Amino acid sequence: MNANERKSISRTGCHDRGGHHGQGPLTTARCLALSAVLACAALGILGLPTPAQARLTIEVTGGVEAAQPIAVVPFGVSEGLIPKEDVAAVIGADLVRTGKFRALPTRDMMAMPSTAAEVDLRDWSLLNMNSLVIGRVEQEGSGYRVSYSLFDVFGGKEIGSGSLSSTAGGLRSTAHRIADEVFEKLTGQPGVAATRIAYITSDGRGSGQTVTLRVADADGSNPQTIVSSNDPIMSPAWAPDGRRLAYVSFENRRAAVYVQDLASGRRDLVAAYPGINGSPAFAPDGQRLAMTLSKDGNANIYVLNLQTRELTQVTDHFAIDTEPAWSPDGTQLVFTSDRGGSPQIYRMSAAGGPAERISAEGDYNARASYAPDGKSITMVSRINGQFRVAVHDLERGFTKLLSQGDLDESPSFAPNGSMVIYATIQNGRGVLATAAVEGGGSQRLSQDAGEVREPTWSPMIK
Amino acid sequence: MRMTPVKPTLTRSPGPPPCPPAVRLGALLALALLLAGCAGAPQEPEPPVAGTSARPLSAVPSAATPVAAEPQRPSYRGPWEDPSNPLYQRTIYFDYDSVELKPQYLDVIRTHSAYLGTTKGQRVTLEGNTDERGTREYNLALGDQRAESVRKLMLAEGVGPDQMATLSYGEEKPADPGHGEAAWQRNRRVIIQY
Repeated sequence: MNANERKSISRTGCHDRGGHHGQGPLTTARCLALSAVLACAALGILGLPTPAQARLTIEVTGGVEAAQPIAVVPFGVSEGLIPKEDVAAVIGADLVRTGKFRALPTRDMMAMPSTAAEVDLRDWSLLNMNSLVIGRVEQEGSGYRVSYSLFDVFGGKEIGSGSLSSTAGGLRSTAHRIADEVFEKLTGQPGVAATRIAYITSDGRGSGQTVTLRVADADGSNPQTIVSSNDPIMSPAWAPDGRRLAYVSFENRRAAVYVQDLASGRRDLVAAYPGINGSPAFAPDGQRLAMTLSKDGNANIYVLNLQTRELTQVTDHFAIDTEPAWSPDGTQLVFTSDRGGSPQIYRMSAAGGPAERISAEGDYNARASYAPDGKSITMVSRINGQFRVAVHDLERGFTKLLSQGDLDESPSFAPNGSMVIYATIQNGRGVLATAAVEGGGSQRLSQDAGEVREPTWSPMIK
Repeated sequence: MRMTPVKPTLTRSPGPPPCPPAVRLGALLALALLLAGCAGAPQEPEPPVAGTSARPLSAVPSAATPVAAEPQRPSYRGPWEDPSNPLYQRTIYFDYDSVELKPQYLDVIRTHSAYLGTTKGQRVTLEGNTDERGTREYNLALGDQRAESVRKLMLAEGVGPDQMATLSYGEEKPADPGHGEAAWQRNRRVIIQY
């Protein structure tokens, strides 16, 4: 996809709407300087194709011993129809990636039923399958209708079914939705196959560096570039509706926080104060954005109302206060502060007030974010000089390490709480990894070129 | 644009790390741009190339729009570009997790303060950077504090508050992309950017 993409140069003006830059006297000079540099950049870039938009490749690196056997039979199709996706293969791969299932290879199947009438559960019982998924893809308008049935092989009965309408190009996401329905029926837990992951990639160095913010499906497919720049982009954060991302961009040699609508590409500049403009975090109401600003001399946490543009300072301390994250009910913020001499996790009311330290052990605990149920947080902890991803149980005060790297960071819970995705370094290169919180599989997500970092898992997408 | 560092020929540094490749590379880059008729590039290997495009999620990205050539700047922007001038040294290095100015860099800051004190129309951006250890946003704050440390001394040395801006890149703009102590030393820095 997009093999001939070139760096497009846009947004070259020094003025963006909204926000306040506070460096007025420099603006004109910078614009002039920028124009000259841009001309150089254009000369340097034209004719140099940037790398193809790389796909995220997912490897399952570990599963649980007790993975359940399931057969997902290739879906039947009505005569003459050639769907663009192998729906059963997508469903099977989604289930395997959870670490809780192992799928029967198609070649080992003794029958290929696509309707309930064609199913003889004894075939599947002989193969020691616990569950069976069958289905059909039929034409519906310019798209498809996809129906499926789920059987409990030993119970001898159908335990679930569904019929979903799909656009022609949306067959893969329809398959993810079916995988999630099957997963929930069999485990009691919502699936995350139909969710997405935002992440940062970088390739090249110096003037040839390209940094992009991308969004891909949870299985790594369908990567889309949201914004690309020759300057750093960092700290992507999902809005709770899954339709907008906030991020920090250093384009035009200043730090600014933007909120961008994914469907239209339209973006708003929401903070460009002198100093730090960082750590955006949407409140669960989607209307407020917590962030870190140092406009008054040092890093403190603020909450911006995106509707009224009213900015409220919620921490006021001479130490570093940063990396705010909201509790799922929107009443609390956790954040990193070195007010006690080393970076630790603190919690306070989102309205402001006193903060209590909640990380107990170690001399470096940072970048906390809540599990969807609000009962635990994931964070980065330094253990013997190595940075690891940990989960801290807020009720029992117990901390468990989830990763084994030296420089692991940016942990983010899956929206069902089952896994944490984080950034790690493998063979000197930035890749992503997932770890199960309580039993389940682990995965590694890498690109064929460049570095991948700062993953953040989307909310459940309705 | 990727370049291989060559033997150091241009830099004098008051203390360790003695000759950061960033500066060597930067000088080479400046030379390359000069030859290309586009002089006046900053010394660091990360010149301020602005090129950002936001696009709709579903849109097919288009090819680059050619940008018309802009008038060229004069080739010489100031004495900080002259390797024989003390102002050429514009990088101040820090210890791990520290925002304190090390004694061997005080003269560097004072040299720039003296120049800025007598050249009131000149402005600088103090760019704070960290190594890759620790979380990215915490490092952004650490880089900000490093830039603030330099700004405070320059203020005390008579530089006007409106002559200076700070910008922290945290760990996002490493001079050396490596994952070891040698790289980390080169990355914990503040650059006085004219």
